[in-house]
Amino acid sequence: MPEGAAGMQATQARRPLLEYLRAIGAVIWKDVLAEFRSRELLSAMLVFSLLVILIFNFALELDIRARETIASGVLWVTFAFAGTLGLNRSMAIEKDRGCLDGLLLAPVDRSAIFFGKAIGNLIFMGLVEVIVLPIFSVLYNMNLFQSGLLLVVLLGSIGYVAVGTLLASMAVHARTRDVLLPILLFPVAIPVLLAAVKASNGFLQAAEMADIWPWLNLLIVYDVIFVAVAFMVFDFVVEE
Amino acid sequence: MQPMPKALKALNLFTSAVFAVALYLVLFYAPREAVMGEVQRVFYFHVAAGWVGALAFLVTAIAGIFVLLRGDHRWDQLALASVEIGVVFTLINIVTGSIWARPVWNTWWTWDPRLVTATVMELIYLAYLMLRQGIEDPDRRARFAAVYGIVGFISVPLTFLSIRIFRTIHPVVVGNNDPTAQGAFDMTTKMRIAFFFGLFTFTFVYVTLLWHRLRLQQFKERIEERKLQALTA
Repeated sequence: MPEGAAGMQATQARRPLLEYLRAIGAVIWKDVLAEFRSRELLSAMLVFSLLVILIFNFALELDIRARETIASGVLWVTFAFAGTLGLNRSMAIEKDRGCLDGLLLAPVDRSAIFFGKAIGNLIFMGLVEVIVLPIFSVLYNMNLFQSGLLLVVLLGSIGYVAVGTLLASMAVHARTRDVLLPILLFPVAIPVLLAAVKASNGFLQAAEMADIWPWLNLLIVYDVIFVAVAFMVFDFVVEE
Repeated sequence: MQPMPKALKALNLFTSAVFAVALYLVLFYAPREAVMGEVQRVFYFHVAAGWVGALAFLVTAIAGIFVLLRGDHRWDQLALASVEIGVVFTLINIVTGSIWARPVWNTWWTWDPRLVTATVMELIYLAYLMLRQGIEDPDRRARFAAVYGIVGFISVPLTFLSIRIFRTIHPVVVGNNDPTAQGAFDMTTKMRIAFFFGLFTFTFVYVTLLWHRLRLQQFKERIEERKLQALTA
């Protein structure tokens, strides 16, 4: 390969980043593979989501008119509940089998572990959402596959998972860990959930983009804040 | 037992005196509001309590940063003491607001952005206290609480700004008012004096309580030490 010296230097300078990305990828791959073999997390999240949707159906009498206004709220409550279930489980597995200590011994930056776990959780939450959305569409006869709504779902999940992964890694160390995570996570995540519900509602009701933008902006701002803060403080959470 | 330091005794007296003056200003000196009547007087301590809540949570977040950087457990004690006071004052803020809202908005509670964000803030710090209870190792407890105190503080500016960015019926007395707000009024000079004196007083109440709470924590630790000594002796 006719590569100049400048090219070589650039490759070497890029190498730490490459290593970092590879470490993140390894953590994600480990989670995905473990999940693929056991399928405990996804099946639990999925069945739970469907149950939540069914319960809402009875509780709210979702007739045609109510559906249009309430659907986004029902969707996000479902995602949030299923999300906590997944977050709790994904961290509990690491803690119970001593995997977290193994991960921490790996000679990689701690934040790579955070991003790996967070992206892994995002993948699981995304999978649940991808399955729940069509089921919801069929059960309630609404088209949820709009590009705007999918974007909101992605943005909302990013913020939720970023702060959720951080708090879940704290909650697993507590005596009351299973009850603690939702109590820690919900009040902190409320701005994200609120913005996501409002923005989804805007897309479902075909509102003007001018009305949706403020909520999308709030969602993006909170995503950035949560990812940045979680990235900065994660080291202190896993420190022994 | 170590006697109370002179400065703390002086602070006790000063805060009590200032509080008495503040009560006089709020109850007698400030004029009766023309539309709402006497119930408007709740406003002075309502805002002051809200201010102390926000200040206390700010102190917790800053103390949390120092816990993470320095690892000194005295910062952790400060963070805990401040949260406990903040939770009480935020509750006072919400309850006094509710008392005011009953005659003015004709309801104890409404799902308004300001009320919701304030309640969410209160819940975050209750969760903070629960997190502390759940973790036994003091070093880890200090670190986790610091992290949660920092993450949770994101809610405080949102509460403050909520009446300024969302459409709400909660009045903004300091600064520009939203036309949709109900129960707004313009402060006269006398009202303004009572209002700012109230803020000043509550800040001193906060500092005094904080000091006492920190002393209490020190006594608690000393008792633990004595207990250990007695057990090993």
